[in-house]
Amino acid sequence: MKRLLLASLFFIGLILIWHFIVVAEIWSPVLLPGPASVGSYLWAAATDGSLAEASWVTMKRLMIGYLIGCVIGLPLGMLTARSKTLNDTLGVLALGLQTLPSVCWVPLALLWFGQSESAMLFVVIMGTLWSVLIAVDNGVRNLPPIYTRAARTMGSNGFHTLRHVILPASMPYVISGMKQGWAFAWRSLMAAEIYVTLLTGYGLGHLLHFGRELNAMDQVIGIMLIIVLIGLLADKVLFSPWERFLHRRWGLNG
Amino acid sequence: MNLVTELANPPPAKLHINGVSKTFTTQRGSVHALDKATLTVSEGEFVCLVGPSGCGKSTLLNLIAGLDTFDSGTVQMDGQPVTGPGRERMMMFQEHALFPWLDVMGNVLFSLNLKPGLNKQEHVEVAKYYLQLVGLERFMHANIHELSGGMKQRVALARALAPNPRVLLMDEPFAALDAMTREQLYVDLQKICKAREKTVIFVTHNVREAVCLGNRVVLFSPNPGRIREEFIVNLPRPRDINDPALAGMAGEITKALKGHTAKPAEE
Ligand SMILES: Nc1ncnc2c1ncn2[C@@H]1O[C@H](COP(=O)(O)OP(=O)(O)O)[C@@H](O)[C@H]1O
Ligand SMILES: [Mg+2]
Repeated sequence: MKRLLLASLFFIGLILIWHFIVVAEIWSPVLLPGPASVGSYLWAAATDGSLAEASWVTMKRLMIGYLIGCVIGLPLGMLTARSKTLNDTLGVLALGLQTLPSVCWVPLALLWFGQSESAMLFVVIMGTLWSVLIAVDNGVRNLPPIYTRAARTMGSNGFHTLRHVILPASMPYVISGMKQGWAFAWRSLMAAEIYVTLLTGYGLGHLLHFGRELNAMDQVIGIMLIIVLIGLLADKVLFSPWERFLHRRWGLNG
Repeated sequence: MNLVTELANPPPAKLHINGVSKTFTTQRGSVHALDKATLTVSEGEFVCLVGPSGCGKSTLLNLIAGLDTFDSGTVQMDGQPVTGPGRERMMMFQEHALFPWLDVMGNVLFSLNLKPGLNKQEHVEVAKYYLQLVGLERFMHANIHELSGGMKQRVALARALAPNPRVLLMDEPFAALDAMTREQLYVDLQKICKAREKTVIFVTHNVREAVCLGNRVVLFSPNPGRIREEFIVNLPRPRDINDPALAGMAGEITKALKGHTAKPAEE
């Protein structure tokens, strides 16, 4: 309760400071609109449905691409951890591509897929895939061999060991890899949406782009706030429960 | 009742290890870990393998567990060759090897869930029985990292006992514990072994520990790993690690062990 109160005070304070800077007219209100005008933009966008629609379009792209990236990256990471040949080939490729800022995929995606949903998905998948793959590879590689040995004495083998020992044992790595993958995917999707206008659906990035085109600073700041909120929410909803679980089970140093 | 038959003591097994050799080949060369080891363990016996580290004790235990293959010789249990891991031979390691993603109960259930024949409810009852046996029923829902070293080994013991194996293989299970904790475990392990008749092979480099627990103490020497000498321990049970008679015997065995380690084995 006290924490909530402090946090609320902090953010209310921020908004107040913002408000006073605007009132003091240090910058032109066109360049820095106040919280009230950003609020009224958001309210209008929320009531006419454009905000919800853009958020939905963005989230759909992100979710689908992210899921595909995870579903491909997970088994591939296990394979590269287990096979020397795959590690020397696919593993090295993944390491290289992971260092590539995922925005760099945008031009290639456009040339390959045109201005389509597939291009967006491709960018998100590339953002997710490599970090998930490398994290799973790391997790499986650093697995203490004693776990699988112990499991074998108890009659576990093959798929059972994979499902009940290797996967949960590498969870700390997998979760942090999935979190990183999420962050990369989210950033690259925003970049793609800002640079590419798709007729199949306007996402949050497009609203940001149009805001700039129209010199509508209240829209730009409003959408930025929404993007931050979604990022925060994803962290709290998608990853916090897992991290709490890891913390509880593995302990502080785990 | 299913549960009654499940908890009944199965006959302890007889082990026969005959001329088993094992060489590890690594990049830095090959290690002759075990040289023509021959050892017979009768039903219900508690045998302690003693020797300095690197003399092949763990190697032998792993072979009996079916976790590793060997180059020559035979390992038989009740006349049947050992070809791989099996629930009738359960192993306890020096590192507790408990799974941190499961709680205490989950760890004990892991081995039970793999055993056919009982339903979930019965699994839980069996697991509770063994947790009670090792004195940890109150910690059923604790996380592994919350337990002390001694408690972790108790859970590992419960997990190894849970599928009701006939042979228990213990690889220096108490080596990392402090003396006080160890002493309590000697007392409890003796009780548990009395309650759950098993054939036990127990590896240690602590001679006193071996004399306290074993019916028989087998001495190993390194380079290559060989079985050198055996001592029968006839002291009455339950044994106290601080008993002078036990200390005297341990002294004798230590002397013999030093002799074997000092002079290399004649070819
Ligand atoms: N997996 C392995 N690979 C290579 N060498 C090994 C392996 N396991 C054991 N050894 C070697 O075999 C010898 C015997 O080891 P071990 O059985 O663990 O001894 P102990 O348990 O008596 O201390 C040691 O020299 C050890 O280095
Ligand atoms: Mg050893």
